[in-house]
Amino acid sequence: MSIIEVSNLTKYYGKSRGIVDVSFKVDEGEIFGFIGPNGAGKSTTIRLLLSLIYPTSGSAKVFGKDAIANGPEIRRNIGYLPSEVFYYEGMKVINLLKYSASFYNCDCDQRMHELSEYMELELNRRIDDLSYGNKKKVGIVQGLLHSPKLLFLDEPTAGLDPLMQRKFFDLIRKENTRGVTVFFSSHILGEVQRLCNRVGIIREGKIVEISDIRSLQQNNYKKVHVMADNLDPAAFNLPGVTNLQSENGMVRFFFKGDINAVLQKISGVQVDDVTIEEPTLEEIFMHYYE
Amino acid sequence: MNANIYRHEFRMRLNSVIIWSIAIIAITLIFFSIFPSFADQATLLNETMSKFPPALLAAFGMTGVDLSTIIGFYSFIFLFAQVCLAIQAGNYGFGLVSIEERELTADFLISKPVSRAQILNSKLLAAFTSLTITNLVVWVSSFAGVMLFRVGREFDSKTMVLLLLSIVVFQVFFLSVGLVVSLLVKRIRSVTPYSLGLGFGMYVLSAFSGLEGVSNLELITAFKHFDPNYIIEHGAYNTPLVLLNVAISVVSLVASYWLYIHRDIPSVV
Repeated sequence: MSIIEVSNLTKYYGKSRGIVDVSFKVDEGEIFGFIGPNGAGKSTTIRLLLSLIYPTSGSAKVFGKDAIANGPEIRRNIGYLPSEVFYYEGMKVINLLKYSASFYNCDCDQRMHELSEYMELELNRRIDDLSYGNKKKVGIVQGLLHSPKLLFLDEPTAGLDPLMQRKFFDLIRKENTRGVTVFFSSHILGEVQRLCNRVGIIREGKIVEISDIRSLQQNNYKKVHVMADNLDPAAFNLPGVTNLQSENGMVRFFFKGDINAVLQKISGVQVDDVTIEEPTLEEIFMHYYE
Repeated sequence: MNANIYRHEFRMRLNSVIIWSIAIIAITLIFFSIFPSFADQATLLNETMSKFPPALLAAFGMTGVDLSTIIGFYSFIFLFAQVCLAIQAGNYGFGLVSIEERELTADFLISKPVSRAQILNSKLLAAFTSLTITNLVVWVSSFAGVMLFRVGREFDSKTMVLLLLSIVVFQVFFLSVGLVVSLLVKRIRSVTPYSLGLGFGMYVLSAFSGLEGVSNLELITAFKHFDPNYIIEHGAYNTPLVLLNVAISVVSLVASYWLYIHRDIPSVV
């Protein structure tokens, strides 16, 4: 079953673009990565799904129900961690968490303490006094304490130190094995690569690719280095080759398609060294952004 | 209505309610305390005042005020109380949703399983409760002032009750006008300039009404709708103006609900 189903969703803020004609599905139990640079429309998409903002056109379903018409009902099972965490002035962490819990019919007290302890969050501090990273932890506990079935994480790791990031990823994985669906938005590819099953890549408000993270790495692109004397880069200008670069007798390019075509080319040359490897997500990503 | 939001909102405003209430108690009792000496010299005082330029008297709401009677003197105090109440209610109205959006806590609240209408219901009710506490404080301190400083003078409690009863409608006016304005402008950086502007602006509009040429602008100000001098003079409200006041509040509230429910919650970009 699709937990999130977005069809042709478009949002303009007046004349400025938010997202254009975005469609995708997220299945139950998935960790779906949503990547793109700042301003691509990641937050806009999440905010539309939470009906914090309303679409210009198109529709979105969450748990099979219309995201706007059934907003309050849907949000009962959603946990949301906004990219910028700000909380009410003068409130203590514990009071905010209790206020948050009071919206759900749950006895979340125990879980609240467990999560806070795990994330090393001090409950009796005033939120104003917390550093950015600690505020983020408040957001994480707040988003998880009512055991939601769907999690929206909007650039969740910003501000967390690497140790805390790892703990956080472990936590998300644990939630995921309990059947929680995760929508993970980020511009840091490494973390998406570590955590997600599938990714959607968004650029300038439009989805440019939705793919299994493995097929994105394995099937689609190879990163090829060829080193040889008197190498003519133009010889490798085959269909399927992109990003062709050459320096000091070395040719580098991405290749998509039947790898035999490249091998045949290479076999015709006296080479010093050849490597064919999977590109990192980072490189695939840059490729989409050029 | 959502009891959690209501409680939370009420608590957030508790300090402000206490401060406003103390201010109003102080104004009322300090002003009342000079009544005995005023009353003794009343004839002299009224004579002197009649020599003042009418514009000056108007500015302080003293046109046609008889300071030698308790109720006449009280009308003067009441006007000050009205200014305070207007600014307080305006504060709550302007800040009701704008503070949340400015500090970006709106994301937190709206992503909870509540509808926008429920949020606004709870917020409005909480603000109204806060205003009602201040309202009751005005009642109590007004009657306390009369008891303490009436120096055996005659006193018509019916007119005073009439004045005090107008407060609730007066407060709702500033609360709802503040709210609708806050939803119409793009972003409110600070609430106070708006509420001071609305409160004092309307006061001045009312005070100088009819003084300089013909202008119907005064019809929009709640100070004119509940002009204490008019109420004391006639022993009744100016019904058409009160109805106009209620109409403005109702339209503001209905518009506020529509605007808030259809609103895109702003975020950082």
